[in-house]
This record gives sequence, C-alpha cells and structure tokens, in this order.
Amino acid sequence: MVFFSYLISGISLGSVYAIIALGYTMVYGIAKMLNFAHGDVIMVGGYVAFCAISYLSLPPAVAVVLAVAACTVLGVLIEGLAYRPLRQAGSLAVLITAIGVSYFLQNAAQLIWHATPKNFTSIVHFDLPAGLTAMGLSSEAIVTVASCVVIMIALTTFVSKSKMGKAMRACSEDKAAAQIMGINVNATISMTFAIGSALAAIAGVLLCSSYPTLQPTTGSMPGIKAFTAAVFGGIGSIPGAFLGGLLLGIIESMAKAYISTNLANAIVFAVLIVVLLVKPTGLLGKYVPEKV
Amino acid sequence: MKRLKDVKGTTKVDFATYLGVTIAFLIVYALQLDGRLTNSVESWLVPICCFIVMAVSLNLVVGISGELSLGHAGFMSVGAFSGITAAMSLSSAIPLAPVRLVVGIVVGALCAAVAGVVVGVPVLRLRGDYLAIVTLAFGQIIKDLINCLLVGYDSKGLHIIFNVSGLRSISDLHMDDTGVAIIKGAQGATGVTKLASFPAGYILVMVTLVVVLHIIRSRTGRAIMSIRDNRIAAESVGINVTKYKMIAFVTSAALAGAAGALYGLNYGGLVSSRFDFNTSILVLVYVVLGGLGNIWGSVIGATVLYILPEALRDFADYRMLVYAIVLILVMIATNNPTIKTLFGKLTALVKRRGSAAAAKGGAQ
Repeated sequence: MVFFSYLISGISLGSVYAIIALGYTMVYGIAKMLNFAHGDVIMVGGYVAFCAISYLSLPPAVAVVLAVAACTVLGVLIEGLAYRPLRQAGSLAVLITAIGVSYFLQNAAQLIWHATPKNFTSIVHFDLPAGLTAMGLSSEAIVTVASCVVIMIALTTFVSKSKMGKAMRACSEDKAAAQIMGINVNATISMTFAIGSALAAIAGVLLCSSYPTLQPTTGSMPGIKAFTAAVFGGIGSIPGAFLGGLLLGIIESMAKAYISTNLANAIVFAVLIVVLLVKPTGLLGKYVPEKV
Repeated sequence: MKRLKDVKGTTKVDFATYLGVTIAFLIVYALQLDGRLTNSVESWLVPICCFIVMAVSLNLVVGISGELSLGHAGFMSVGAFSGITAAMSLSSAIPLAPVRLVVGIVVGALCAAVAGVVVGVPVLRLRGDYLAIVTLAFGQIIKDLINCLLVGYDSKGLHIIFNVSGLRSISDLHMDDTGVAIIKGAQGATGVTKLASFPAGYILVMVTLVVVLHIIRSRTGRAIMSIRDNRIAAESVGINVTKYKMIAFVTSAALAGAAGALYGLNYGGLVSSRFDFNTSILVLVYVVLGGLGNIWGSVIGATVLYILPEALRDFADYRMLVYAIVLILVMIATNNPTIKTLFGKLTALVKRRGSAAAAKGGAQ
C-alpha cells in the first residue's frame, strides 16, 4: 500500500515533468536549441495564476486561461526578440542567450513579486472518497495525470494530422527545404514556442498545486529535470518526452522513499547517464548515422 | 617563410598574454600593498584568479576540443573539498602555510583529475548536446554526494563516512578529543584556515596559462583541434580521438580542481551548493563572451564579467537584470549577421572618410 502511494506520487510528479519536457522537446526538435529559459516560463505561469486568484479573486479556470495566455505571449516574445536574431548563429551563442533570458525572467520576477515564497493554494482541489485518499490518491495527482494524458494525445494528433503539425515536422527535418516548399519557417517556430510556453503555464499551475511554494527560482530545478527527461526519452521525440518524464518522476519518488532523500536527485541523474551510455540517443530517440 | 611568420604570430600573442597578466598583477599588487584598494575590491582578487583559471581550463574543452561541458563547477567542487581536507588535516604535519596551500592545490587538482577520468571515459563517447546533459548531470551528482559527506580528523588520522540516510551526524565519526570536523554534510566545510593569497592566485593563473597554451601550440593541441574541426577526417588520418579528447578533458578537470582548492582555501567556510549548475553556466558565459578558443579572451572575459555584477551593486536589485540584458544584447550584437554587416559597413565608411584614428573609433 505504501509502495502504491509512492508510485502515485511518482506518476503525478512525472506527469508534470512530462508536460514540461514536451515543451523542451518540441523546441529542440524544430529550432535545434536548448531553451534553458523554459523552466522560468513555468514560474511565470505559476505567478500569473497566483496573482489572478489572490489579487483579482478570479475563478481558478479563468486564472489558468490567463496564465496560459500570458505565457504564450511571453514565449512568442522571447523567441522573436532574443532567439530570432540568432537563427544563423552557432548553437553555443543561442544557448548563452537562452541563459540570459532565464536570468532576466528570474530577476524580473524577483523585482515584481519579491523573493519571499508565495503560498500557492491548490486550484485543482476537490474532495475524494475516503477509500481513494487512503490509497494515497489526491485530487491534484488525478488532475495532473489526466491533463498530461490529454495534452499528450492532443499534441500527437496535432503534430501528425494538422497542416501546422506537418509544417513543424518538415522544419525539423530540413529548414531550407521546408522554406522552398512555401512553409513560413519563422511562423512555424513561433508557433512551436507558443505551444511549448502554453504547456509550461499549465505545468506551472499543476506543479504549484502539488508543491505549494512559489518563488522566482521555482521553475529552474523542474526545468533541468524536465530537460533531463526529454533527453532520457530521446530529445525531439514527443512520446519519448512523455515516457522520459514519467520514468524520471517514478525513479525520483522511489529513490526518495527507499534509498535516500538527499541522494534522490543524484540517483535520477545517474540513471540518466547509464541510459545514455547504453542507448546514446535516449529511449525513443532516432539514431542518425553520420555521413562523410 | 610564411609559416615562420605564422608561428611567430601565435608566440607573440602568448607572450603578450603572459606579459599582460603579469603587468596587471604587479599594478594591482602594488596598489594592494600600498593600501589603496578598498576591502571589497581586495576580496575580489583571489576569486577573480580562480575564475580566470576556470575559464581558461573550460576554454580548453569548449573552445579547443569543441565539446560543450555544463558541469565544470563539479570539478571545482571536487578540488575545493579535497583541497580543504588535505590542507586542514595536514596542519600539524606541515606548519608552513604556503606549503600547505600548494599541497592542498595539488591534492585538489589530482582528485579532480581522477574525477575527470571517471566521468570522461564513458561520457566522451557521447556527442554534442548529449555530452552537455551528462556533464550537467555529473555536476548535480557531485553536489549531492558532497552534501552527504562527513569528514573529520583527529590524532589517529582521517575519518570519512557517507551519510546516505541523512540521519548520521559528525558525532558518528567517533573521533577522539583532538578531533576536528572538516566537512559537515549539507553545512559544507566550516572553520577553514584561510591560506589563499593574491600572489598564489597569480602563480596559479600563470601555471594554467603555460599548461594550456603549451598544449594548444603542440602536436597534441593540433590533434585536438583537428578532432573539433572534423572528427571523421581526423580519425581517418590516424588520430586517436578518445585519447586526445581525454587529454583535453582531464587537463581541464585538473586545472578546475586546482582553482577550486584555491577558492575553497580563501574562505572560512564553503557549502557545496556554491558550485552548482549556475556556477558552471557563469564560467561558460565567461568563455563564450571572451571568445571560443581564445585564451586571453577568457582571461579578460572572466575578469570583466566577475567585476561587472560586483560593480553594479549600486543598482542593487536591478544589477542582475542589467547583467541579463547586457548578456543577451552582446550575444545578439556579436552573432547577428545583419548587425555584423552593419558594423562592417560603418567601419568601411569611417575608414574611407576619416583618418586612421577615426577608423579605430568606428570599429569599436
């Protein structure tokens, strides 16, 4: 029974990682960049929802919509202002810029909302039958897992069926060829950032509902973990991000419960290293042979 | 004849680097001895030396070897804590402080080199972004492991336990009356005797520069750079890719360990979270802004970017915001093709119109 409750908390945490990792992996797949600012977009999403509820006393659903809208705009703005001018530059230049954006968001958040942690009241809380609570289930866990599955299905359908999804896949294969075929590459990349950031906002609200302290650095550790999850599952692959996120959450929760609380993060990262050594492209990543 | 000129060019740059660092040291040291530096400026000196060493050694991996490493602070951490342990536990055996500092630095460098081999052997098989994530993971692991470490020494020698459960404390080391705790888990190292000094920092910087520049200008360095430029071509002419990548990686780790030991011995206490992901990133920023593969660029990058946030303290809360904006703008300005061509055109225009002096102004 105890094992079951740890499993549930692992799956719930893993679902949050998976939602964040989806944003990472989509951006990486198309723009071929590591967007280190993604974790901080989560934090902004959390703060926007917090403000909407606490200061404007809006209903939770409206707060979530507001957070998603704000993060979408933020994501598109970041891409347009900071990353677009560097489309042709080396990957390291883009990486450093992403880090600059991350610093910017964290410090701007600190100026606006101050460093003292805010206490986020769960907005997805509802009462469960006593039998379920005894098993370790919580309303937050149910909502998190359900939204993760819905997002995952919606995203897979979108990418494989819609016209925009097709454009995204084309851009990820070969940007120049996609442009020749009449695809607006810049618009496609903006769209990817918009989707990724919207997902980050949802992840932020879910994360803060389960772990209620909100401060300017809230997003950075989940961001790094989710990035790890994306790599774990094979970066660039949407099912891979989902699988990687879930596995990472479960491993972390189990390591915390059965091995050591202090070493949980170390164990997560050690597992990642082992997986990468056995399968250098991640669990579901595609192996691309090098051509001379 | 042309080749001779080229060689002379790089040698000139190297000697200019040594000379520049020495002159800068002499001026600052003279000011320090004269008592003209404020306390806050004086407290920057040793950290600046440490970060110069960090930046130069990271440049060997990122700029020369072409591998993105996001865990450089992990090696610094290994060096810092092993160096502190060595220097403190030998305090009765070696009474002379400078000798103990050197022993601490050497031990730090050796331990970090061992860590470099342990990490490097499996990791260097991976490429590009995967290598980056594994080095990042390694940095996190080191931080967590040191958080679990309890080390103390007494008359019987060194006691080390590994606090996996998080329940044990320093009393579990069972030391006798002379026992002193060195590393106390999450509290880090406490009660460290400060041994580091600015001249020691300068010597470490010079040693680092000599080591790194000698590697770069040697046969080894050319092999490493050929792997960076085209791995397959290098392999096809018989260059042992793993060997040369390891040379760069382990040298860099050892130097980072030395820098860590000096850094650790500059403060009374140190926690392992001081060397987290952000520190690795900070050093990477020094390297990238200083110029990839450019050693004196790293020296200047580390110095300027260490001082910048410190000097911006007047802006209080806004300083990191300003730092972030400056970082983004500099990256865009130096990498955007449109802005680059614009700069080029401006320079050409000024050159055509004005005198040589005016041209210099436009280029800046």
